[in-house]
Amino acid sequence: MAKKMHDTPMLDQLESGPWPSFVTGLKRMAKNNDMAVDLLGQLEASYRDLKGYWKGGTVGVFGYGGGVIPRFTELKKDDKPVFPDAAEFHTLRIQPPPGMHYSSKLLRDMSTLWEKHGSGLIAFHGQSGDIMFQGCTTANVQPAFDELNEMGFDMGGAGPALRTSMSCVGAARCEMSCFDEARALRTVINNNLDDMHRPALPYKFKFKFSGCPNDCVNSIQRSDMATIGTWRDNIQVNEKLAKEYFATHGMDKLMTDVVGLCPTKALSVKKISEASKAEGISSVAVNDTHALQIENHNCVRCMHCLNVMPGALLPGKDRGVSILIGGKSVLKIGATMGTMVIPFMKLESDEDYEKLNELARNVIDFFAENALEHERTGEMIDRIGLVNFLDGVGIEVDPNMILEPRSNPYARMDGWDEEVEKWNERQAG
Amino acid sequence: MAEMRQPIECGVPDAKPYMHPTMLKNYGKWVYHSHPKPGVLYHRAESGDEIWTVKAGTQRQMDGYTIRKLADIADQYAEGFVRFTTRSNIEYMVTDEKKVEPLIKALFDSGFPVGGTANSVSMISHTQGFLHCDIPGTDASGVVKALMDDLYEEFIKCEMPNRVKLSTSCCEINCGGQADIAIIMQHTKPPKINHDLVANVCERPTVVARCPVAAIRPALVNGKPSLEVDEKKCICCGACYPPCPPMQINDPEHSKIAIWVGGKNSNARSRPTFHKLVASGLPNNAPRWPEVGEVVKKILNVYKADARPWERMTDWIERIGWPRFFEKTGLPFTKYHIDDWKGHRRTLNASAHIRF
Repeated sequence: MAKKMHDTPMLDQLESGPWPSFVTGLKRMAKNNDMAVDLLGQLEASYRDLKGYWKGGTVGVFGYGGGVIPRFTELKKDDKPVFPDAAEFHTLRIQPPPGMHYSSKLLRDMSTLWEKHGSGLIAFHGQSGDIMFQGCTTANVQPAFDELNEMGFDMGGAGPALRTSMSCVGAARCEMSCFDEARALRTVINNNLDDMHRPALPYKFKFKFSGCPNDCVNSIQRSDMATIGTWRDNIQVNEKLAKEYFATHGMDKLMTDVVGLCPTKALSVKKISEASKAEGISSVAVNDTHALQIENHNCVRCMHCLNVMPGALLPGKDRGVSILIGGKSVLKIGATMGTMVIPFMKLESDEDYEKLNELARNVIDFFAENALEHERTGEMIDRIGLVNFLDGVGIEVDPNMILEPRSNPYARMDGWDEEVEKWNERQAG
Repeated sequence: MAEMRQPIECGVPDAKPYMHPTMLKNYGKWVYHSHPKPGVLYHRAESGDEIWTVKAGTQRQMDGYTIRKLADIADQYAEGFVRFTTRSNIEYMVTDEKKVEPLIKALFDSGFPVGGTANSVSMISHTQGFLHCDIPGTDASGVVKALMDDLYEEFIKCEMPNRVKLSTSCCEINCGGQADIAIIMQHTKPPKINHDLVANVCERPTVVARCPVAAIRPALVNGKPSLEVDEKKCICCGACYPPCPPMQINDPEHSKIAIWVGGKNSNARSRPTFHKLVASGLPNNAPRWPEVGEVVKKILNVYKADARPWERMTDWIERIGWPRFFEKTGLPFTKYHIDDWKGHRRTLNASAHIRF
């Protein structure tokens, strides 16, 4: 039995209603857990006063410089914590398996471990993808980590460091997957762990991996380097499934929901007798008389038609990834999305993965050497211009990087002839 | 002192030991999916293998009882393996269609709503708030619980024009992220500075450099080295507060809640978009924030009634135009909706295009 519960009239109101209640969960914990009793006390005070009562500090594990989020209570009376059993309530950020797969045994093992060393409260998962083991005293941080580490799990990132990464479910259960997301994630992250565990970068750096342009892990908006699956050849078609779609949905839906919403007008419906057999055209019969035709050279791989007609339309066979650099949230120049810097690279052989790894290392190195303190990659590019960034990491310019060319003449262009020469050489090569 | 244990720097673990065997066997070989009913996905592999996924909502911050309950359901009604989505939904995979209905029943009976697939309002991507953050203006889990109670039917049914992603954030840093509808703390007053503490707690040049509008400068206040804020320049963003806690930005009365719409991470149809401000000035009204829920439901109801199939929030607004959005939702349009940050003129209407 734990100590007596504090009155929590405000939190109690979050126990009603159909959605699972974290308050009910905390109260269950509090039956035999003094830390949970006092956590509820402090949380109720925050609700009452509309004020946060945690401050940071410095807590870590031996050998690492980051990964623990220290929290000490600020709610004190006569210099003593009002809720002493939750006076230290640190979080361990632990990296999950990519795709966030768990066996029931792993869930139970983690839960048991955390009830032994910490509060028992675990968040699956934080916004960067960490398993967050919440609520640990300073003294218990090391033994908790040691045990997790022996189970095969490692600390995630915090502070000015390489951060824990995320990938979508991808190849494990999705027909849109264009590369092995988990392998790419583990290759890039596990080769750069020093920058995660011993924070020494100008600011945080995030990688995210999405299997296709549906971008289920939000990599363009939320990562400094986004790796997104794509393909170069024609969309694959499956006539049986296309006919099934048509039989259920009819011509109106095909025209409105599929053809009409294609952003580049690359889709059309043709009589089968008039369907094109030209290179770059995919065509699939939807009934005995008509076919859906796709002009692949004008398809931007937005994924819409594949989403609407699953299985009937599939990514091509010549698959790889696009890379975008510089996504971040608000601080301090406003939110920015990643910019396309590699329109396509293969990601199949060991050498391909090594190339991705080298590119990632180059980008981190350039960031480490050139970003100002507390500046994200996107802000650095904003400051120095995309061309200087490309020069620094050794990437040639490509018209896929822009929406439109410059519309103002304020640039010094006396290197024009040399640049034209480079372009011609690359085109010839 | 005992010798310290060196960490094993093992990094990201291999997912294979924790992956459902059918997913592992058909890794990279899936060819088809469908959506048999709300909360259920069907996938078929090249080999002909089939898998049904049942998705359920959780409270994200889980106690041991909840975690064990979820694990027990995996063993009793599924096949021992689960995964989590980026929005903290849990997914159970089964290879026998007959297991789907009993699994759904077990989840509902245990208080985990089944849904969140396809055209639903999915679980809200959120932050830590009062529970664990050191700079929160409000709570996260509580806001999410209150809102998801309100949106429960939209989670378990799939009746929206397209999927709807929500997020909440307890300050303008916006850790919750971009979303179709984002609920974000918006401070409205400059920080209140405790000049007795600044010199000892804050690295002053760092704080000066952190300000996006150069409104902070070093100053001697009451004979102590401190910082002062040019309150005419200050945009109340709170960027100075994390590196300098004596610059308190949170205010129970003046820290308000704003609503933003039209963020989209997918490349489907249009390029990804950031969410845009539509409402602000809502009170930080714990423990259930009813004013926020009302605005969110109002926007969702209009979207549901007016958007065409496959239109995300941003696609719908792009089609009908912003004046119509404000008209249909009844939300007031103010001078604060007009951007004035760097590059803002690209957000102005530089054309004669007007809808009447």
